[in-house]
Amino acid sequence: MSNILAIYKREINGYFATPVAYVFIVIFLMLTGVFTFYLGGLFERGQADLQPFFAYLPWLYLFLIPALSMRLWAEERKSGSIELLMTLPISVTQAVLGKFIASWLFVGLALLLTFPLWITVNYLGSPDNPVIFSGYLAAFLMAGAYLAIGSCISAITRNQVIAFVISVVISFLFILSGFPLVLDFFEGWAPQILIDAISSMSFLTHFNTIVKGVIDLRDIIYFVSFIGCWLLANVILVEMKKAD
Amino acid sequence: MIEVQNLSKQFGAFNAVSDISFTVNKGEVLGFLGPNGAGKSTTMKMITGFLAPNSGTVKVCGSDVIKSPIAVKKSIGYLPEGAPAYGDMTVVNFLKFVAEIRGFSGAEKTKRIENAIQKANLEGVVHKTIETLSKGFKRRVGLAQSILHDPPVLVMDEPTDGLDPNQKHEVRLLIKEMAKNKAIIISTHILEEVDAICDRAIIIAQGKVKFDGTPEELESLSEYHNSVRLRLDGYPSLNAENLLKRLPGVKKVEHVNSKDERTTYRIYGGEKDLLKEVSRLAQKEQWVIDEIAVEKGHLDDVFRQLTTEQEAEG
Ligand SMILES: Nc1ncnc2c1ncn2[C@@H]1O[C@H](COP(=O)(O)OP(=O)(O)OP(=O)(O)O)[C@@H](O)[C@H]1O
Ligand SMILES: [Mg+2]
Repeated sequence: MSNILAIYKREINGYFATPVAYVFIVIFLMLTGVFTFYLGGLFERGQADLQPFFAYLPWLYLFLIPALSMRLWAEERKSGSIELLMTLPISVTQAVLGKFIASWLFVGLALLLTFPLWITVNYLGSPDNPVIFSGYLAAFLMAGAYLAIGSCISAITRNQVIAFVISVVISFLFILSGFPLVLDFFEGWAPQILIDAISSMSFLTHFNTIVKGVIDLRDIIYFVSFIGCWLLANVILVEMKKAD
Repeated sequence: MIEVQNLSKQFGAFNAVSDISFTVNKGEVLGFLGPNGAGKSTTMKMITGFLAPNSGTVKVCGSDVIKSPIAVKKSIGYLPEGAPAYGDMTVVNFLKFVAEIRGFSGAEKTKRIENAIQKANLEGVVHKTIETLSKGFKRRVGLAQSILHDPPVLVMDEPTDGLDPNQKHEVRLLIKEMAKNKAIIISTHILEEVDAICDRAIIIAQGKVKFDGTPEELESLSEYHNSVRLRLDGYPSLNAENLLKRLPGVKKVEHVNSKDERTTYRIYGGEKDLLKEVSRLAQKEQWVIDEIAVEKGHLDDVFRQLTTEQEAEG
């Protein structure tokens, strides 16, 4: 536990020791503003809620989160510091968890900093605050899912650009898999059970239910087990590829 | 404290390390020598649990590196090749991180860090970011990190590479001082270093052990070992060579050169009191001796001989 904490502290300090943290947070806040007010038309809708903000979030994550996660392991391998890390008395699991938790809480901080949006809608009207809370929960859980993919992919290469591109593509597939376009592709030749499985794999399906204010245990379990699976793969990959 | 048995590592079809065995005891400094690509770093990576061997076992302080990696990593201080570190951290924050992972906290942590900083002579750069440090300072940060927890076993991959002569001297002193109650493995390309700090040397080439013994034994492999170098003023008659040859125990006399009004011979014999015999002869013949000395042996010749002969065979 104290090892996870030490890794976590190093990572978080690393974000703020370099411009990464500031660039990410500023861009994130700017883009959420643009999406919510201009594209989403928060004012024009005449409704006091944050639906436009949450509706664009999966697409915003699609590019910003892989940009954050690409360095997690690729940089360690590129600089050789992985040799130092992996010869310290810690397990790979502890290292993976420490890094993941740091990045997850960091995105959580970025989400918290969107609080002016929440103040705005509360100022303009009387929104359903429990639904907004549920939306933030969904946003946080989904960020974890994106990060877990990104962290795992970042372990397969020492090149951050490759890690970024592959993470974006894979995350994109997990958004798309709920869309009719993708499901049509499987229609006809794949068994129905597979199609249902693919559709239930989508982030969007689960994200949207929680955003609507329905906190269903199944959706939470989906995200938690999704994160768990990718981090498990992450541990295995680090173990396999650390010295390549 | 370190037991390496039949260790092998392949990268694809390439044998980087084949069937290496040795042990290092407490109080011993083992020098690892070998040409570039010999497999020194690969062996060290397997000892420290970074690379998994294809076959063979490594035991450190009684624990097997595959079965109980954490226990092994706890008892080792490791300076990897190139001394990698987290470039975006300051020296003191980096050492704090390592100290925390090594399980220190509070006053003990502060004391350990101060001690490591002082031993590695890092006082002037503690608040600098590691990536802005010069090569030698980066290596000293790696050194500080490896000795922070006062481990019973130290594995150092080229610890003096990139250090200035003063620092090289300091680091050698430090290693010597720590050697009393530790088992230490260092790799180096500096042959004099083996003489200066190692109790034992292993030479590997193409992943195989070519030599395992004391630095003195290594020197004795040199054809110059115990030969006498004699430099005389002027140009003595050709007969001088014959006279030298006739001395008891002399196997060969080599006329090295004649220049600057001096003549140099090398007398091979191997007997202990060859020097006495030669100087007695010189006295009798009234040669004017400019210099006379027993050669210890040229390590670089031995090194070249040991590490290239295999290539000729294969
Ligand atoms: N990850 C790897 N994949 C493939 N080959 C490797 C890998 N690591 C090392 N090698 C090869 O194994 C051989 C031994 O390398 P190693 O780094 O152990 O040499 P070394 O003795 O430390 O050399 P040097 O004196 O240059 O540091 C080299 O031929 C190297 O190319
Ligand atoms: Mg090496």
